[in-house]
Amino acid sequence: MTASTLTRDPAAPAAHRPGRRVRRRRENLAGYVFLSPWLLGLLGITAVPMLISLYLSFTDYSPLISLGDASWVGFDNYRRMFTADQSYWHAVTVTITFALVAVPLKLAAALGVAMLLNRTMRGISVFRGLFYLPSLLGGSVALAIVWVSMFNREGAFNSFLALFGIEGLPWVNDPDWALYTLILLAVWQFGAPMVIFLAGLKQVPSELYEAASVDGASPWRKFVHITLPMLSPVIFFNLVLETINGFQGFTSAFVLSNGTGGPVDSTLMYTLNLYIKGFVELDMGYASAMAWVFLLVIGAITVVLFSTGRFWVHYSDNEER
Amino acid sequence: MRSYVRLLALLLILAVVLYPLVWMVGTSVKSPSEIVNNIGLIPREFTPGNFAEGWTKFDVSFGRFFLNSALVSLLTVAGNTISCLLAAYALGRLRFRLRGVWFALMIGTLLLPGHVLIIPQYILFRTLGWVGGDWPYLPLLVPAFLATEAFFVFLIVQFMRGIPRELDEAAVIDGASPYGIFRHVILPLSRPALVTTAIFSFIWTWNDFFRQLVFLSELKDYTAPVALTLFIDSTSESAVGPMFAMSLLSLIPVFLFFVAFQRLLVEGINTSGLKG
Repeated sequence: MTASTLTRDPAAPAAHRPGRRVRRRRENLAGYVFLSPWLLGLLGITAVPMLISLYLSFTDYSPLISLGDASWVGFDNYRRMFTADQSYWHAVTVTITFALVAVPLKLAAALGVAMLLNRTMRGISVFRGLFYLPSLLGGSVALAIVWVSMFNREGAFNSFLALFGIEGLPWVNDPDWALYTLILLAVWQFGAPMVIFLAGLKQVPSELYEAASVDGASPWRKFVHITLPMLSPVIFFNLVLETINGFQGFTSAFVLSNGTGGPVDSTLMYTLNLYIKGFVELDMGYASAMAWVFLLVIGAITVVLFSTGRFWVHYSDNEER
Repeated sequence: MRSYVRLLALLLILAVVLYPLVWMVGTSVKSPSEIVNNIGLIPREFTPGNFAEGWTKFDVSFGRFFLNSALVSLLTVAGNTISCLLAAYALGRLRFRLRGVWFALMIGTLLLPGHVLIIPQYILFRTLGWVGGDWPYLPLLVPAFLATEAFFVFLIVQFMRGIPRELDEAAVIDGASPYGIFRHVILPLSRPALVTTAIFSFIWTWNDFFRQLVFLSELKDYTAPVALTLFIDSTSESAVGPMFAMSLLSLIPVFLFFVAFQRLLVEGINTSGLKG
């Protein structure tokens, strides 16, 4: 593109360019013109609903009555959540278990496969693409349906066990195991963090490994003392992202339990519980209180991750994010 | 590690990873009795009837559900690309009052879980008559046209930062206004970021379930993911084949996008850390 194709502002021919102050004012106005859809969204779709939600959390609002008729109940919803509602704490336990088990396994699988792929060899991009495919498909209802069928009594997984003479369980109907089939589904989608790890591994200078080899370091020591520290910014990034996502798992739990969180509440993820309270039992005041606690907890976890990150995330000069 | 050991390990992991997908394809053309008895991947008796049966299983055909999904996804793509581009140009290239504050707020909404806002949004949209009304997709589309997907704003801002400032300055000397610069410098040069935004928008919306579940109330308005959950209610053995057939069909658009834009998708998550 050459400068001559640019439209000239008719009000400002090149010979009489507006002064700096006029330009400033125009740019100021243009900024708000371009930002206006986003501002409207921030206000109408995000900020105001957040405040409404905060207000609702102190009421007994249900969609069966009008907003004005909802009565103020003070901290009752919060009190009920923390002291009286058994299912609430159950959902918290389920969600934390899910995140604590699925996130480290997923990141370990991602890092392991990324290290296997971190070599110049033919067909590497085919491998990378195919490992990434589950990350694109795995969050869908369709795949959750397939997954649940796979771990049914007559599912593919039990057929596989039968080859070794092991009689499997109906995993998805067993309260002790149902959540772990969902964890496996999450781990199966290790491709997205893997791609990010792979890019990080390419940044590690090979001289470091060569120097360590000269010193006679074992592969394990190289991994612990070179790979992990050099990769720590990327590990941190993936950890934050996956943890926040892990807490929000909804689709697979909904499909497995047909929206109930069963068997025996064993897959009652926090967001599913929120959906049931808000949109099935229509207890929207209470569900709003749950949403706010969720927001605060996610925020707190992010803050904790970032503050501990200072102690183990190693930034070298050339890989600052 | 020897290279053939490495290759063998990769192939083994790949087989495990791809198994569920291959199994889904096989099961979608198995007869009810084979679904229970034949544990192999390949059906002895090819049963394409599952597709016809699934297609017309409910009072509204799956053709309609897929059409609904396509409508919602394509309009969301349009909304996200246009609105996020405009916001990104302001936040990434223009100097105006309070820009820093707005930018910080945009970053703040990046990690905001959508579930927190769903109840007040539902109340708002219902009050406006948008839920189950004549335009049932407004609650899904209006947020897209108002750039609420901060991920994409952030992605385009990051990309625009790489466009040399000298181009803007040259255009200013030529007398171009901020609108002229947008039209003739930034818009053509931002195309790669817009393509990435469009592809991810499509895939995410096509796969999305939570918002569509909450905001769609009538069967004829259901999108494919919401319609698929109807199968779960009736998990008799005869329904498994049709359920798999429709699940498979619903994944095909995403799969085609994957085949066509594989490199771009992989690079997309690299540059921005986007989730698949």
